[in-house]
Amino acid sequence: MITVSGLEKRYGAQQVLRAVSLDVRRESVTAVVGPNGAGKTTLIKSILGLVHPDSGAIRVDDVLVGEDCSYRSRIGYMPQIARYPHNLTARELLAMLTDLRKAAPDAGPLRRDETLIEQLALTEQLDKPLRTLSGGTRQKVNAVAAFLFAPDLLILDEPTAGLDPAASAVLKDRIIAERAAGRTVIVTSHFMNELEELATDVVFLLEGAVRYAGPLDELLRRTRKANLGRAISHLMMEAAAA
Amino acid sequence: MKLLSPITTKIVTYELREVGRSRWLFAYAAFFLVVADSLLRFGGADKALLSLTSVTLFIVPLVALVFGTVFLDDAREFTELLLAQPVTRRQLYAGLYLGLTLPLAAAFILGAAVPFALHRIGDPRLGVSLAVLLAAGVTLTFVFTALAFVVAAFVDDRLRRMGTAIALWLVAAVLYDGLVLVLAMLFADYPIERMMLGLTLGNPVDLARVILLLQFDVSALMGYTGAVFQQFFGGAIGIAIASTALALWVMLPVALGLRAFRKRDF
Repeated sequence: MITVSGLEKRYGAQQVLRAVSLDVRRESVTAVVGPNGAGKTTLIKSILGLVHPDSGAIRVDDVLVGEDCSYRSRIGYMPQIARYPHNLTARELLAMLTDLRKAAPDAGPLRRDETLIEQLALTEQLDKPLRTLSGGTRQKVNAVAAFLFAPDLLILDEPTAGLDPAASAVLKDRIIAERAAGRTVIVTSHFMNELEELATDVVFLLEGAVRYAGPLDELLRRTRKANLGRAISHLMMEAAAA
Repeated sequence: MKLLSPITTKIVTYELREVGRSRWLFAYAAFFLVVADSLLRFGGADKALLSLTSVTLFIVPLVALVFGTVFLDDAREFTELLLAQPVTRRQLYAGLYLGLTLPLAAAFILGAAVPFALHRIGDPRLGVSLAVLLAAGVTLTFVFTALAFVVAAFVDDRLRRMGTAIALWLVAAVLYDGLVLVLAMLFADYPIERMMLGLTLGNPVDLARVILLLQFDVSALMGYTGAVFQQFFGGAIGIAIASTALALWVMLPVALGLRAFRKRDF
């Protein structure tokens, strides 16, 4: 579904991505893991066209990222930080996103899936200005926005950070359901055990370089570890020793 | 090519809803309302218009830059969310720019014009002058909100961004004219009219000042650059040339802002 080849990105003196190449399989849940500053968010933002890489190419279903923006009508994105216009309400925000999707040049029939609003107990909060909502509640609005249009590809940056355990569980169930429905998901998180429940594939980034990209079970076999967390710390120790 | 895509129109509509509820916008309109009203109460309409011009040339660029910078800082994550939608950067830039500039311009027009209507100033000559003043204020709004986009693209740090915006205002609205005066004094023995004209064209605030004072025909208050302008071109042609230059001044930062917005990483 996504092919990344030879991606390089530098912010001033800091090399954030080094020759990153990887594939994201259709109908997979790909966990992007790595310590802080490893380049996870930069990689995700490059796929969305938010960050312009210095060199390299990204294709989403054979559409070259950077040429036209229509591929984004099939993506749902949940950013790490949820800050919105102060005075809009959540309902207005969702209506606005719907309007934008409808106005996109090759918009097909738009399906709105609002089940998350109820599941995350947001119904009462929909008509309050977004600035009055707590960080966790805004993160829930974020989640609703990402899943709203039943997208083929979901890109979730630290989706459960700041969510209470109940909301986290709802979101995880939803990710599993999306995968079962044939959708593709890219997710970053610091909680390895959480990702282990969800992931079929793993991309491990360290200092901007890909240290592993492939199926989760192969990673476990190769490192002879019982779970993702141990496998990743094994890879990190390997990298530190080298 | 259609000037505004449907997507841009949508973004503008929602931005208007957002910015239109801002307390600062109301404060801005109220400020001009109070100033224009008190000027009309305590002096003649002629004098009021002249004083309002000074206030406009001073305050409009400041508010456009500062409000614009704060707005863009606040809109950072929101911009990110919108760019993740099937929206091009050009469409979003146009949407954000108009969504910021139109309410500011409307607040200025409302605040400055309503007192004149309330005091029943019906003199057509004054009416024209007021219209020119409103147009100049709106144009300056368009110039300086675009400059806020440029500043936002080139300065990464939040505090330094605000500092740069205020410095830019200081130069354009306060220091530039003084600098021109110093140059004029230094080179008083030389024929420097052309250089002075060039310098005037280099600053949108000076251009607006020249247009307004030529319109009001008060050379005593015109400052050095205005006097040179009148001497060189005479009233009507001077106004035309300065207006054209000011229009170019809108396009330049808008184009620069778009360029920077397209290259920027979010």
